[in-house]
Amino acid sequence: MAQFTLIQAINDAMRLALERDPGVVILGEDVGKNGGVFRATEGLWERFGDDRVIDTPLAEAGIVGTAIGMAVNGLRPIVEIQFLGFAYPGFEQIVSHAARLRTRTQGMFPAAMVIRAPYGGGIRAPELHSDSTEALFVHTPGLKVVVPSTPYDAKGLLLAAISDPDPVLFLEPMKLYRAVREEVPEEAYEVPIGQARVVREGEDVTLLAWGAMVPVAIAAAEEWTQKGVSCEVIDVRSLYPLDEETLVASVKKTGRAVIVHEAPRTAGVGAELAALLQEQAFLWLEAPIARVTGYDVPVPMFALEDAFRPDAYRVSEAVRQVIAF
Amino acid sequence: MLRQIEKVGIQYIQPDGTLTPEGEVAWKPIERPLKIEFYKWMRKIRLFDQRSIILQRQGRIGTYAPLQGQEAAQVGSTLSLNREDWIFPSYREHGVAMIAGMPLKQILLYWMGRVEGCRPPEGVKLFPPSVPIATQIPHAAGAAWASKLKGEPSVAVAYFGDGATSEGDFHEGLNFAGVFRLPVIFFCQNNQYAISVPFSRQTATETVAEKAAAYAIRGVRVDGNDVLAVYTVMKEAVKRARTGEGATLIEAVTYRHGAHTTADDAGRYREQEEAREWVELRDPLKRYRRLLEAEGLWSEAEERDWEACCKQEIEEAVCEAESAKAPPASHLFAHVFADLPPSLVRQRESLLRQEEGR
Repeated sequence: MAQFTLIQAINDAMRLALERDPGVVILGEDVGKNGGVFRATEGLWERFGDDRVIDTPLAEAGIVGTAIGMAVNGLRPIVEIQFLGFAYPGFEQIVSHAARLRTRTQGMFPAAMVIRAPYGGGIRAPELHSDSTEALFVHTPGLKVVVPSTPYDAKGLLLAAISDPDPVLFLEPMKLYRAVREEVPEEAYEVPIGQARVVREGEDVTLLAWGAMVPVAIAAAEEWTQKGVSCEVIDVRSLYPLDEETLVASVKKTGRAVIVHEAPRTAGVGAELAALLQEQAFLWLEAPIARVTGYDVPVPMFALEDAFRPDAYRVSEAVRQVIAF
Repeated sequence: MLRQIEKVGIQYIQPDGTLTPEGEVAWKPIERPLKIEFYKWMRKIRLFDQRSIILQRQGRIGTYAPLQGQEAAQVGSTLSLNREDWIFPSYREHGVAMIAGMPLKQILLYWMGRVEGCRPPEGVKLFPPSVPIATQIPHAAGAAWASKLKGEPSVAVAYFGDGATSEGDFHEGLNFAGVFRLPVIFFCQNNQYAISVPFSRQTATETVAEKAAAYAIRGVRVDGNDVLAVYTVMKEAVKRARTGEGATLIEAVTYRHGAHTTADDAGRYREQEEAREWVELRDPLKRYRRLLEAEGLWSEAEERDWEACCKQEIEEAVCEAESAKAPPASHLFAHVFADLPPSLVRQRESLLRQEEGR
C-alpha cells in the first residue's frame, strides 16, 4: 500500500496502464517533458518515451480527433485536456464522433478512449479555468462520464475507464488533487463504472454529491449528525451511467434528498437526478428534493468564486429545509 | 557571442544597440519624443511586470502571466495604432493594455480575480484578455470586417502567441481575412514556448509568417526584441489595412524571460543556457537604451527619474486596487443579462438571504 494524493493516484493508474498495454498512449498539451500542468503525467515521458507520452500542438480538436483515429486503429489513447473549460474546440469531435462512432459504424469502429480533464473551482485559478460542464457530456448519448473524489477511486476508476470499450470522460476535481492522502493499493484494480459509493450511512436525509462537493456534503452531514439528524452521503461518482439502484434505495430509506453540485442549476445533472428520484421513489418522499448548486451565472473570476460554489453552510440550510418540510 | 538560434527576421537595431543600414533609414524620420516614448513604455511595463510577480508571491494578486522579454513587441506594435483601432489581446498583453489606455489599477484588479478589471475606460476599444487560446483571432477579423462594411478607417489587431497558431480559430480567422480582404493585423509574439512545448512541436514550418501564404495575406517576420523594427513593420501593416490592401500576419520573434505563469516552472523544460542568452544578449530594453544613450537621448539621471516616477505610479495603482471596495456576493448577477429573468432574480434573493443568515 502507498499513501497517494488524488493526482498521484491518477499518475499511478496511467503508469500501470502504459506498462501493461503497449497500445496505451497519452496525448495532450504539456503532458510530456513538463509532466502536465498539474503534474498528472510526471515521470511518464522520461520512462515511456516520446511516442507514448506525447506533447501535442496546442489544438484540442486535433488532439481529440487524432485520438479517435488512433482508437479505431487499435491504440488506447488517453487524452488530457488541460482544463475542462478548454475542451470546446474538441467538443465537436467528442459529441459528433467519439460518442456515436459505435452506433454509426454499427459496432465496427468504436472509439474506446479516455478523455481526462481537470474541472471545477476553488483553487483561485485564472479566468475561465474553473467551469463545471459535466452536464454537456452527460447529455451526450454514447459517452460515459465519471468523477472520482478520493485517491482510491481515482486510480480504480481511471483503470476501469482505460479498459472500457466505450469513450469515457474522466473528470478530475482540481480542488481535491492534493487535498488528502489515503492508502491506495500498489497493484492494478478497477472501480466499476456505473456504481455510486455510499460514503456514510444515515437514516433521515440523503445527500448526493460528486467531485469536490463530496467533502462539502460530508461537512454538512457531520454538522447535522451532532444535532441528531442522521445524513446518508452518497458520492454519485458515475454521472453516466447512473447507479440508479443505489440512489433510489437510499432515498426510499431516508425519504429526503439534497443534491449538491458546483455547476449552474438549470439543466445541471442535479435536475436529472431529481427527475429520476421522483419517478422511482415518489411515494417514499417526505419533502421536495432540494438542489444546492452554482447559480445560473457565468462561473465568476476567483474574487467571487466562494459566493458561487456551494459550501457546507448552504448544504446545511437545504438539509434544514427538507427536514422541516 | 550570439549563437544563431534562429533567423529573427527584419532587424534594425542589433543586440549591441547599433543600427543596421536599413535601421538608419527607419530611425531618421521618427520624432524625438516618440523615440523616447518607446523606451519609457518598455521600462514602465517591465517595472509593472516585476512588481506584479512580487505581488503574486506575497499573495496579493492571483496567478499572473509575466511578459518580461516581450516589451519591444508590445510597445512597438501598440504605438502604431490610433485610438479608434480595435485590440483583441491574449492574457499576456498587459503592456498593450496600458498603452491602449487601460489604467494600471484595472489590470491589477483583473489579476486579483475581479471582473471589473476586464472593462476598459470609455472610448478604449480593448477587449478583455482572451484566455481560451486563439479565440480572439476571429473576433479581430470580425471587428475589422464591420469597420470595412461601415466604411470606417479603423483597423483591428489580434495579439496571440506561437501556440495559438495550432488552433483552428487561427486558420479560420486568417482565411476570412484573406477571402474578405479585411483590415486586420494578426500579431503573433512567437516567444518560443506554449507553456512547455517548444515552437518545433507546434509546427513543422520554420516560421509563423510563412503561414500567411496559405490565405493569400501578407506575412512578415520581425525581430520582436527590436522596438524600431516592430514599430516600422506594424506601421506598414496598419497603413495597408487602412488603405484597403488587406490583412497582415506579423510574427515577432521574441522570448518569454520568465515562466508561462507564476504557477509554472520554466526550469523544467528550458535550457538555462538558452534563457540566459535571450535575457543577457538579446534583451529588448538593453539594446534600445544603448541606442538612445549613443544618440544622446537618454541618460543615467533620466533613467533614475523615470524609474522613480513609474514606481510611484505603480504603487499608487496597487494601493487603489487593494483598497477597492470588495464586490458583494450579489455581484455574481450583475450584467449577466440586460434584464434579469425572474428565475435569476429569485436566485439572487436566495443568495442575499443566505448571506444574511451566515
